[in-house]
Amino acid sequence: MAKLYPAKPEKVYFFGTCLIDMFYPDAGMAGIRLLEREGIEVIYPQGQTCCGQPAYTSGYHDQSRQVAEAQLDLFPGDWPIVVPSGSCGGMMREHYPQLFAGTARAEQAQAVAERIWELTDFLLHVCQIRLQDLGEPMRVTLHTSCSARREMRVADAGPALLQQLDNVELVEPERATECCGFGGTFAVRHEQVSAAMVSDKVQALSATGAMAFATTDCGCLMNIDGHARKEQQPLSGEHIASFLWRRTHPAAEDSR
Amino acid sequence: MSSQEAVRHFHPRARDALNNPRIRQNFRRAMDGLMQKRATALQDHDTEALRDLGAAIRQRALSQLPDLLEQLEANCTRNGIQVHWAQDGDQACQIITDICQQQGARSVIKGKSMVSEEMELNHHLAEVGITALESDLGEYIVQLAEETPSHIIMPAIHKNTEEISELLHDKTGTQRSQDVDYLTASARAQMRQAFQRADVGLSGANFAIAETGTLCLVENEGNGRMSTTVPPCHIAVTGIEKVVQHLADVPPLLSLLTRSATGQHITTYLNMITGPRKAEEQDGPQAVHLVLVDNGRSDIYQDDQLLDTLRCIRCGACMNHCPVYTRVGGHTYGTTYPGPIGKILMPHLLGLEDTRDLPSASSLCGACGEVCPVRIPIPELLVRLRREAVDGDSSRPSVVRGHGVKRHWTEVGVWRAWAWLNSHPRCYRAALRLVMALRFLSPRRLGGWTRYRKAPRPAARSLHQHLLQRNRSSS
Repeated sequence: MAKLYPAKPEKVYFFGTCLIDMFYPDAGMAGIRLLEREGIEVIYPQGQTCCGQPAYTSGYHDQSRQVAEAQLDLFPGDWPIVVPSGSCGGMMREHYPQLFAGTARAEQAQAVAERIWELTDFLLHVCQIRLQDLGEPMRVTLHTSCSARREMRVADAGPALLQQLDNVELVEPERATECCGFGGTFAVRHEQVSAAMVSDKVQALSATGAMAFATTDCGCLMNIDGHARKEQQPLSGEHIASFLWRRTHPAAEDSR
Repeated sequence: MSSQEAVRHFHPRARDALNNPRIRQNFRRAMDGLMQKRATALQDHDTEALRDLGAAIRQRALSQLPDLLEQLEANCTRNGIQVHWAQDGDQACQIITDICQQQGARSVIKGKSMVSEEMELNHHLAEVGITALESDLGEYIVQLAEETPSHIIMPAIHKNTEEISELLHDKTGTQRSQDVDYLTASARAQMRQAFQRADVGLSGANFAIAETGTLCLVENEGNGRMSTTVPPCHIAVTGIEKVVQHLADVPPLLSLLTRSATGQHITTYLNMITGPRKAEEQDGPQAVHLVLVDNGRSDIYQDDQLLDTLRCIRCGACMNHCPVYTRVGGHTYGTTYPGPIGKILMPHLLGLEDTRDLPSASSLCGACGEVCPVRIPIPELLVRLRREAVDGDSSRPSVVRGHGVKRHWTEVGVWRAWAWLNSHPRCYRAALRLVMALRFLSPRRLGGWTRYRKAPRPAARSLHQHLLQRNRSSS
């Protein structure tokens, strides 16, 4: 069934995610600036913390619900909620309804879920963004997170956005759809399996000949980039929002 | 029980498999090939519509499972198939042993049956002096090597040609060869005689059709047909969930099964068994038995969500596409059914005590759910089992045997503290400011994470701070 996209709204809420908040705030800022450049007013509720996913996938649903519940009141207006992560977006859109089913918050959780948008999907299909590349020619590869691909089903958006950049050559890695091995607490509970997966992913991304990769999720970024640095591989990554902003904003290269 | 003991050691076995280049290579190569074959086989189909249909057929069958089983029994009986019910694996073994002994059987030839693996039938038969010989080539190899299957469709997929050649040489005197056709022919020659000598043929069943009382057996080697037609007695053993309502339900499921499993449009053999040899017929077994095994399945049936597990048609696509299975191989799981389906099925068959590390052994990447021909929401079921393992939801009681086995007070404490902090935004922001202020003290070593990765360093300012400051300076 084809997805229906709304007209570009006047305002959106931005749910920054806890990983971006602590480790990659530039990616959050880049996402906000990209939206603002499209003429959208971005509301960032200061009360936001985490979507609750770490506890959810670990089976601690009481705790997950407690944290998720604290997010539900942050978006009183009827605006879309944009999330720069397929994983957190997937949690809010796909799992909130189930998590709150049969509770007093069920209806509210359902309403929030229906307003969740992943950033790249929103930029491409709702904003219908047109990017003007200002950067030097370079080769880049992309890792689309499994949740962006399979939960949010927005895998087309990342490549489409990168292909708008005239000086960027996008190269696809071998086994592009395979997981990088992050999986939240999986990376710690099954550290060796996760390590084997991320090692293969770094190899596949490096084999494209690109020195840089972009990704739609900071979990994957932390995993892949962290492994590449540990192994002293020349590959380095950034969130796709940071990359897009840097390539298309005149002063962005300096302030990086 | 030794097999249960074995299930508990996922971690050390995973480590061994990961450090074994041959295992890594054998699985990677095989799974890459299988993924490619599936994709090609489904090219000319509206895959999603076919999966919808497959899921609907299985859901419809499960929604009326008790009635369909009664109908199956009545129609099989009318066709001359003797139906037996087994509560668990031991009872099923006993039923089969009794039938064999009534026949005065000394040897059983087996077509491929994962349910017989589940109940360790060969072991039980050996205890009463009955020899069971596997006739599926993969199963035969695994039996010669005294191992268990590492894949539900391709039991010997963990071995390459060289290893198989060496094994056949050691055990049967076959000349060493890299020629697969030669090795196959040699196994085939051994098998021919065994078919003629066997007193009983044993097989599984892919589908049991309630309205006609027919057993469907899907296979490629012809060994299934031989096992079910040459010996004087045929015993089919299968799980109670394999029943479908109509004959017309079979073609779509068959189409999904073969394409998902091996990328074939149709298998070489499809056997439809609707009774023993009739008076005027020249061949076929004189007696056909059907043993319907529960072994924990009716417990799964009690729960609306877990019920989806029983839709499975055992194609193996979930393991073929699983990045964890591809790396650790089937034996790491220590269970009859490995891979994603094993992770959601085995906790019910063995209890969570013995399968405690299985539900967490997934990055929840969703590749399994994406290819499942009957749309089993495998990742959701993994999350459900993780919840059961820690009794993680006070408003939704746990039901799986051994639930709560992974609940530990330190972990509960950590999640409670995490939840408190993340549901008190002011405290969250204060904590974040503290982390940022002390960012140069942030630990360089974080257990399993930093053994393989550099630790990320907290930013100088959080996104919250960036935006707060921007709002202040603009107003």
